[in-house]
Amino acid sequence: MDLSEINPVLLIASLMVAATPLLLAAIGELVVEKAGVLNLGVEGMMIIGAICGFAITVETGSTFVGFLAAALGGAVLSLLFVLLTQVALANQVASGLALTLFGLGLSALMGQSYVGVKPPDTPELNIPGLSDLPVVGPILFSHDLVLYFGIALIAAVWAVLKFTRVGLILRAVGENHDAAHALGYKVIRIRVLAIMFGGACAGLGGAYISLVRVPQWTEGMTAGIGWIALALVVFASWKPWRVLLGAYLFGGITVLQLNLQAAGVAIPVEYLAMSPYIITILVLVILSADKSSAPASLGRIFHASH
Amino acid sequence: MIVLEKRPQPSQAWSLATPLVAVLATMFFGGLLFAALGKNPVEAIMTIFWEPLFGEFSFYYRPQLLVKGAPLVLIAIGLSLGFKAGIWNIGAEGQYIMGAIVGAGVGLAFYPLEAWYIFPLMVIGGALGGWAWAMIPAFLKVRFGTNEILVSLMLVYVAEQMLASVSLGLLKNPEGFGFPGSRNFQSYASAYNADLIEGSGMHWGVVAAFIAVIFAYVLLNRHMLGFHIRLTGEAPRAARFAGVNPARLILFCLGLSGALAGLAGLFEVSGPSGQVSIDFNVGYGFTAIIVAFLGRLHPVGILLAGSLMALTYIGGEIAQSEMGLPAAAIQVFQGMLLFFLLAFDLLTNYRLRLALKEVA
Repeated sequence: MDLSEINPVLLIASLMVAATPLLLAAIGELVVEKAGVLNLGVEGMMIIGAICGFAITVETGSTFVGFLAAALGGAVLSLLFVLLTQVALANQVASGLALTLFGLGLSALMGQSYVGVKPPDTPELNIPGLSDLPVVGPILFSHDLVLYFGIALIAAVWAVLKFTRVGLILRAVGENHDAAHALGYKVIRIRVLAIMFGGACAGLGGAYISLVRVPQWTEGMTAGIGWIALALVVFASWKPWRVLLGAYLFGGITVLQLNLQAAGVAIPVEYLAMSPYIITILVLVILSADKSSAPASLGRIFHASH
Repeated sequence: MIVLEKRPQPSQAWSLATPLVAVLATMFFGGLLFAALGKNPVEAIMTIFWEPLFGEFSFYYRPQLLVKGAPLVLIAIGLSLGFKAGIWNIGAEGQYIMGAIVGAGVGLAFYPLEAWYIFPLMVIGGALGGWAWAMIPAFLKVRFGTNEILVSLMLVYVAEQMLASVSLGLLKNPEGFGFPGSRNFQSYASAYNADLIEGSGMHWGVVAAFIAVIFAYVLLNRHMLGFHIRLTGEAPRAARFAGVNPARLILFCLGLSGALAGLAGLFEVSGPSGQVSIDFNVGYGFTAIIVAFLGRLHPVGILLAGSLMALTYIGGEIAQSEMGLPAAAIQVFQGMLLFFLLAFDLLTNYRLRLALKEVA
């Protein structure tokens, strides 16, 4: 065992990479939940995004098109959830589970011919001078563009929710859909858009795993990250910047346990590998006492009788 | 324009009809999917639904129906009780694994002793293993109000790592030439979950599944606790006024579903699967969620739904070997079933009515 092999600068740089899929999926789900909808299908939308992004990138050679396709794939799959919960008024928990089970199957089917294929590299930011700086360079200025996009998205969601009319309407729908409906807002339409936004974000997050983080395609490769993203929204008490904090925390744990595995710590590999999941549970326990910040209409079915 | 009108009472007829309509819709759209994959859709559907029951080799496949159906029914019965009360245990896969590990561990601890009491002890161990794993989300929910959906699911990944750990370490076969996996129970008579009638597929897990169906039916229809479960699901406020203790209900529902999933794991690992190995679990815990919904959370319905699901597993394998249909296609097919079921369920609670468009 040699802990000195772990380089703190590389650790921070790689934890930012590990956190990005979580961050993207969680900020999408945050918007969905702010609109009063609980979509448990994040895992399914992520894995569909992972294969869509991967396949399209391999076929076209462009990661940009690939990420676009991933967002589109996630959004299209989320339309199935829309159909179930907003049109057929089905139970949201069951529908989310259905979405995940279906997504896992469908992605395995779509990905059959892509196992073992290596995708083209995702272009990275390279600013001469800045990217070469010691310590700051690798941490701040030499990542791929999607990582920066994720952080920008957090800022954007925060600003929209806090300062704009659109954000206010979205929150109104999530807090009290009957009142919002009475005021003349189109509850269903707003929720549909929020769900599609969530799907697109989850898709991006999935593609980030298959194109940047791993990068290859294997069945079920999201390995519960979609579920951790759901937990992250609770952890963040539905606040965008806390999603960033939480994602980096979880990213840090994931990267640290991988580094410890590589460094050959005396703890068996299996126990290190289960640590992110156990820590997720612990965090949920610590934070579950306070439910006051949850949107009041979360998970409730809206049906306008008039 | 079509508008939805809430029925004063859920329609009994549609409640029974939706699973059938969903199966038909899945067959149709599944057929389209198979056609898109370049297979003859009619042949594929026939292979999946007809071949295992009445085909040339049905004498081999029919017992398999019991083998595959039993764990699904056993797990789904437990899940349905919780689902009815709005308690969402979706980590049955983890409880299934832990039941198998603990139960198999009990059996292997006695090796090579031969005695009548070993298998019953393993059964108890399996149930306890699953129960204990499910009590983690139950306890956290009762004590801290933690979301049981996320906790039970996270524990599936933890259980999978545990499984990898014990098949490479604690339970590894010392005479296995270094291969991962435990001793095979087939060569250990006292611990082997053999067919009760040779070649019938009827092992103790199948018996347990039937007992669970009867037990659940009696509980839900003839017992106060079953009434409380239904009441909590349908009218939580009324349940609170009626003095139902939600904490007790959570502990009971999660504990029982965990124990049943653990039993399913033990019967599988000591019988059809034969040994603890890294990938002995094949997702029954997740498929059982579909079974529970397809069976309308009703014990008898679950029995039928479990048989149907087992059929798609077996038929899917036949279609895989004979027609080259990808295994994932069957997974999509099963997922589709849940989709259509949830969608058509609309008709149980709402009436579709044509109406002139009016200003709201």
